[in-house]
Amino acid sequence: MRGTALPGFSATILNSEKVKIGILLKEGPYNHQAADTAYKFAEAAIKKGHTVDAVFLYNDGVINATNLTDPPQDDRNIAARWSEMAKEHGVEILACIAASKRRGITDDLMIEGGSITGLGTLTDIAIRNDRLLTFGD
Amino acid sequence: MLHTINTSPFESPAMEECIRFVQPGDPVLFIENGVYAVQNGNRFSDAIAALQKTSPVYALQPDLDARGISSVDAEVKGIGYDGFVDLVEAHQVNSWL
Amino acid sequence: MDDNVKKIMHVMRRAPHGSIYTYEGLEMILIMAAYEQDLSVAFIGDGVYALKKNQNTDGISMKGFAKTFMALDGYDVEKLYVDRVSLEERGLTEDDLLVDVELLDSAEIGRRMTEQDVVIHH
Repeated sequence: MRGTALPGFSATILNSEKVKIGILLKEGPYNHQAADTAYKFAEAAIKKGHTVDAVFLYNDGVINATNLTDPPQDDRNIAARWSEMAKEHGVEILACIAASKRRGITDDLMIEGGSITGLGTLTDIAIRNDRLLTFGD
Repeated sequence: MLHTINTSPFESPAMEECIRFVQPGDPVLFIENGVYAVQNGNRFSDAIAALQKTSPVYALQPDLDARGISSVDAEVKGIGYDGFVDLVEAHQVNSWL
Repeated sequence: MDDNVKKIMHVMRRAPHGSIYTYEGLEMILIMAAYEQDLSVAFIGDGVYALKKNQNTDGISMKGFAKTFMALDGYDVEKLYVDRVSLEERGLTEDDLLVDVELLDSAEIGRRMTEQDVVIHH
């Protein structure tokens, strides 16, 4: 239950309640801002002490997690960034198998910390988390 | 329930569709190209003002900054990713892609 | 209702064929249906075109999937909502649709949205 803010106290501190969050990412990297917004959101949520359980990649989103990603040096490496988040914060980076097969994404192309799984896993993510946020076009 | 809109209203019907379904009191957050909706003086200003009668309206400040939008409709609150997280902590989310 | 049963609404917002969102959305719905959650599907905006009768994709080398929406019933996905305004503004009526749906006002669909644990737009 969320408490009632008392005068002089920050409502956020009094009411702060940690939530478990799943993320569904439906667009590929670079082509659309969705991957960046999802990342920045996840980063902020983790910093605030919330749990980001998993990022499930769907539609062209599956392209987010290939280890062939190699942008110019002065640009962010979106795939490497997901890999770091997986390793440092235990966020599962999961690409849908059906969507991956269509787009030529295979297990050996996955970033460290990423894996390919079925839509049933997304259902589990929806069930076991307090929130499921979608980012896409 | 938090509603997010991430497309420009000039490009997509998402904002107009979303507004039809928003329940009184539900917060609405504009992100990505969605933030063009709240630029002051555009043709959607009346729609935003009408929405604000029943819903608090937010825009993601980094997205406003990235697009050079410094003048937003009155009462639209700019928030950071941490503010986005606070809204998600308090509400289930409905992303109008 | 069981605490482990989540209310999940899928919102179809795109026209079919021009992009893959509707088709892959339908694939997601079919898998989720096997998990015995409280699923519903709402058709809003161009999403109503997914249910249009007489779609023939033979000429565009794509698999037709409109009839799969008719099969949702067999997967126990029985809550199909169509936004009345979206249908009317496209010059369509319930007779143009392949499937029996609940034709609802936006406010009523909006009210049902707020009851959901998860809402996914396609």
